[in-house]
Amino acid sequence: MSLVESPLLSIRNFYKKYGDGCLFCTTDSESENPYMDGNRCLECGTVWACRNLNFDLYQGEILGIVGESGSGKSTLVKSLFFNEEPTYGEMYLASYRDGEQNVFDCSHQTKRYLQNHELGMVDQNPYHGLRMDYSSGGNIAEKLIAADYSHVGQMVERAEELLEKVEIPVARMNEPPRKFSGGMQQRVQISKALANRPPLLLLGEITTGLDLSVQARVLDLIRTIQQELKVSMIVISHDLGVIRMLTDRTLVLNQGRIVENGLTDQIMEDPQHAYTQLLVHSLL
Amino acid sequence: MKTAQEHNQSYNYAFLDEPSKREIRRKTLKAVAIPGYQVPFASRELPIARGWGTGGLQLTLSLIGDDDCVKVIDQGSDDSVNAVSIRNLVQETTNVSVTTQTEAATIIQSRHRIPEVPLTPEQVLVLQVPKPEPLRNVESSEKRTRIQHGEKNYNAMWLELYEDIVKWDHALFDADYPVMVHGRYLMAPSPIPRWDTPKLHQSSFLTLLGAGREKKIYAVPPYTDVEPLQFDDYPFQVESFNSKACTRCGSTDVFLEENTDETNGEVHYQCSDTAYCNKVLDEKGGR
Repeated sequence: MSLVESPLLSIRNFYKKYGDGCLFCTTDSESENPYMDGNRCLECGTVWACRNLNFDLYQGEILGIVGESGSGKSTLVKSLFFNEEPTYGEMYLASYRDGEQNVFDCSHQTKRYLQNHELGMVDQNPYHGLRMDYSSGGNIAEKLIAADYSHVGQMVERAEELLEKVEIPVARMNEPPRKFSGGMQQRVQISKALANRPPLLLLGEITTGLDLSVQARVLDLIRTIQQELKVSMIVISHDLGVIRMLTDRTLVLNQGRIVENGLTDQIMEDPQHAYTQLLVHSLL
Repeated sequence: MKTAQEHNQSYNYAFLDEPSKREIRRKTLKAVAIPGYQVPFASRELPIARGWGTGGLQLTLSLIGDDDCVKVIDQGSDDSVNAVSIRNLVQETTNVSVTTQTEAATIIQSRHRIPEVPLTPEQVLVLQVPKPEPLRNVESSEKRTRIQHGEKNYNAMWLELYEDIVKWDHALFDADYPVMVHGRYLMAPSPIPRWDTPKLHQSSFLTLLGAGREKKIYAVPPYTDVEPLQFDDYPFQVESFNSKACTRCGSTDVFLEENTDETNGEVHYQCSDTAYCNKVLDEKGGR
């Protein structure tokens, strides 16, 4: 037995730019580049949303990614779900070819397969993650269909089981999410993401726009699910409270770079980087 | 190939000019090579309006030669105005023989039916298609449907089917029932009734589908799998006529049309495929 655990997900040299890039901004040096204003190139206007991100995620772990608006969190999570193409970078999934194939290099068809079978995503905005005109049960079934379920009875059963778990009355299963409150929509999204028991769940700013009591219930739900199912998660948030409550380990992003990386408790108690200190001290 | 002069006509053989026919044949070959994939083509102007069978007509005209015998049917009937007009146009521009008998034809252009008599490997079925994109009802953007085909991402269509079953306990897709072609492309088989859909599966004949208005050609080559979308516990079903029989020829194992007698309100059934109905009557000596 190996004592060294291999990661479920590895990201290496991940870059994402919006714009063409030019000679002035494509240099890799970490030192101050006089042609860059933060992560924006003054010469060509290219925004480097993510710059040289490297991290691993282990089985059953919850990784927090924190940073202010524009720090590259959403770009990263979109790329991990294959909704955006990275500029460069490598992504390895332990479940796909023993983690030896860079899945960013795979065909769209393979990426779609991985998205359907290995990943679950909860979007910041339920309007992006759900089909508002289809029934809630149907939204969950969509994920099941994508993961090769082909028995209506089984899918209905699974949808009922999931809705019960997220405390949505099964009687309302055939109603479209449009008729639900924001918190309920978010819970439908969570049950959809979990439907086929994917090993990795991506949660993007899931508590945005929810009031505090609803936030607490959604967070509670995620913790319960994590304890029961041992699913690995990446939680994106600008809210340190959410990060502190949910995560074991945290990356702090600023202007597209990881500025600090460590145990969540440690980062909260003893932030090293100036930006993290600012974040922690501005926590209410 | 006879020239226009030999036919003493002011237009080219089979109406379309040779380069146009060549383009359509080339696109047809591509369609045959990638079963179920919609190949874009430059739909030509014809003496009939787009949406009235121009896709099928262009396929027929590009395929036709002097040895061919053409049959044109419109919803099973050889005698409807549209079928007659298309048949006349083909005959006038090529002088090929025409027929109403399914067995005698080499090219059968059809609007929304596949003949009841099983076709043979020597015959080509040309179907007229109003809406070639099976995903259009669930995704309005052509750009996105192309990506979905590329990724073999047909979740939206399956979801539609799931919702129908949950709400109504059966699929609401009726004619033009979506099918998977050889496990790869989702295809609209043109608005043929569900009754005809299984005839495309592992068929011995070539089926070409043409959409003139939407400018797409696609094909089902012989011996290709064509499977309707279905869930394990809700299998695909063809129309049931509850053992009603055709009032003319007495057939029961055919696709029937329901007609209401306007004078006395009586409902009676008749073969949709008129050539088949006549054939059965002839065999019984009833005509």
